Amino acid sequence: MNDRSLLWLYLGLPCLPLEALGLVDRQHACVIDTEGRAPRVLMGNCAAHALGAAPGMKLNAVYALGDIEMYARRPSAEEHALRSLAAWCGQFTSMVSLAPPDGLLLEVGKSLALFGGVTALLEQVRPGLLALGYHPRLALAPTPLGATFLARADQELVITDKRALRARLAPLPLAVLPVGAAVKEALAGLGLRDLGDCLRLPRAGLARRFGQEFVGILDRALGRQPDPRSAFQPPTRFERRLELAHEIEDAQALLFASRRLLLELSGFLRARAAGARAIDWTLFHHGRRESYLNLRLLTPSRDPEHLTHLLRARLERLELSAPVCALRLVVAGVAPLTGSTLPLLPGSKQETQESSMAFIERLRARLGTDAVCGLSVVAEHRPECAWRRCAPGEPSPALRFHHRPLWLLKAPRRLELRTGRPYLGGDLELLDRGERIEGGWWEGHDIARDYFVARRADGGCFWIFCELQGTDPWFLHGIFE
Amino acid sequence: MSPDAVLDAVLRDRGIWRFGRESPVVGESISTGFVDLDASLPGGGWPRGALTEIIAPRAGIGALSLVMPALARLSRADRWLAWIDPPYIPYAPALTGRGLELARVLMVQGIEQSSDRLWAIEQSLRSGTCSAVLAWLRNVDTRAIRRLQLAAEIGQGWGVLFRPSAARREPSPAALRLCLETDRRGYAVHILKRRGGSGASIVPLDPGCLR
Repeated sequence: MNDRSLLWLYLGLPCLPLEALGLVDRQHACVIDTEGRAPRVLMGNCAAHALGAAPGMKLNAVYALGDIEMYARRPSAEEHALRSLAAWCGQFTSMVSLAPPDGLLLEVGKSLALFGGVTALLEQVRPGLLALGYHPRLALAPTPLGATFLARADQELVITDKRALRARLAPLPLAVLPVGAAVKEALAGLGLRDLGDCLRLPRAGLARRFGQEFVGILDRALGRQPDPRSAFQPPTRFERRLELAHEIEDAQALLFASRRLLLELSGFLRARAAGARAIDWTLFHHGRRESYLNLRLLTPSRDPEHLTHLLRARLERLELSAPVCALRLVVAGVAPLTGSTLPLLPGSKQETQESSMAFIERLRARLGTDAVCGLSVVAEHRPECAWRRCAPGEPSPALRFHHRPLWLLKAPRRLELRTGRPYLGGDLELLDRGERIEGGWWEGHDIARDYFVARRADGGCFWIFCELQGTDPWFLHGIFE
Repeated sequence: MSPDAVLDAVLRDRGIWRFGRESPVVGESISTGFVDLDASLPGGGWPRGALTEIIAPRAGIGALSLVMPALARLSRADRWLAWIDPPYIPYAPALTGRGLELARVLMVQGIEQSSDRLWAIEQSLRSGTCSAVLAWLRNVDTRAIRRLQLAAEIGQGWGVLFRPSAARREPSPAALRLCLETDRRGYAVHILKRRGGSGASIVPLDPGCLR
């Protein structure tokens, strides 16, 4: 692999503790670090900072500031969020590496041609991350550590040439180094203030003082030594759980919270060139059993707008039995879905086909899957068995039947008799000699009937039958409309 | 421009109806399959991109047969024929006998709420994926019908509303309103409302050609 072509994008998430809990946009919220003897503020969102909360403050001090909500830090939620984000980043490159606790590394050198350059790539990455609710620090450099240091120092630069790396890294403060506080203090004690000072010192002396590992870090940052990273293996199944900061009672608010999950799902699916066929939602309630919501798609899709639309239709009909405290989205069924090719002519067959199925999905999302179906004929003598429901668009066998009414009743209706003739709002007059239909003994539901077309004085035409065995003589089965 | 030319340009506007003249029909029409009926309808057929209301006093007198030839022709195209909440089962062997392509038939049933029914009709009309939408409605107010009319204009499909005879006295914004009258002798279509066009407002039809 040509070293020259490597370009690493470091995605830093300094606010991950807040973002993993969905607190960034909330009113005055802080995340507290419960490790150590006394809980202290780890970080607060912008609204909390405006009120005066600062990292390191004690809880009592924060309470005095005003109405600020406190949430315990959840490292498991952060790790889960980071891994999901890594799966989402798979749509930009095949080489994603975790840089815990709050960063991701993407090797994008080989993908640049596909995306049309660094600027184009960043124009997709950054808004995508913002839509997911993350506020990243991005930097690109030929080495992973180089990009990491730049991002940590808030230098959102793009450096493509390794030779320029040293000059760019030199002014960065020592705080960016991944070493312990003791080492940083010792470096400061030597009078070193930035990376440039470290790099000017002789290597042997640095190695003796701070260990070979320290020198190794500097070497890898400058590209003097290789820095292989292990590739992140995305899970085969998309499963993402979102803890809601506040319980949600309104189905519409659920839609808003779900949107991020759907955007992540969309990135995950794009990375696998697949679409979702079945999406299972689990809604968690306190002290009650979970509720479930299942979406089934006719054609696989990863379009977040389409999925949001289907979810909205389903949520509109949902009565929440209790407030929801967490959501889980699981996609087990995926199917290959390459990017859609635009049809040559608008309104062509391909376009109408796609929106035909999308239209049925919309109907089904609101009315239920069984509410929408197609019709098909069956080669059967018994009239009630000569038709069946089928999937919309399913081709029907080409069968010929005798003259049949356009309407069939769900079940034959007994007719009363007046003066010995069948009566349905008026005397019925038989128009033909009758058609004998028998059969079905092989299934246990056998019939033996004589069917007639009957007309009423006011012009209505009906399909009635007379059972050969049985006590009730006449039944209405269909209407000639 | 001279005042005459200006006046002409204004009067040529399709939105202006001049008494005594056939106003041009906006939108295409779908032939009904009955020559006499075609002659009496503006545009020579069912109005596309608009609603047709068919008022039938009772079941079994042929309201559905009236639209069958047009449905059969439309079923050969690539779009759905949607049946929204029909009162009985549309019998597939009969439909296929009338020339309907069953693969294009979409049946929507099992709807419990009337708001869902109206939503389904509106979505089907609006989406542009249905060439015809058949619906059976009892009590529905003028505003809802107007919404459906607009949806039909957007989707450019043909919407058919089957209504009971009580609807005859209510005003309706549908583009075409027909009422069926039948007795032992014959069968007649009364045209209650149409957009422009002249011609007989009562069209007798031979019952034989309907069955």
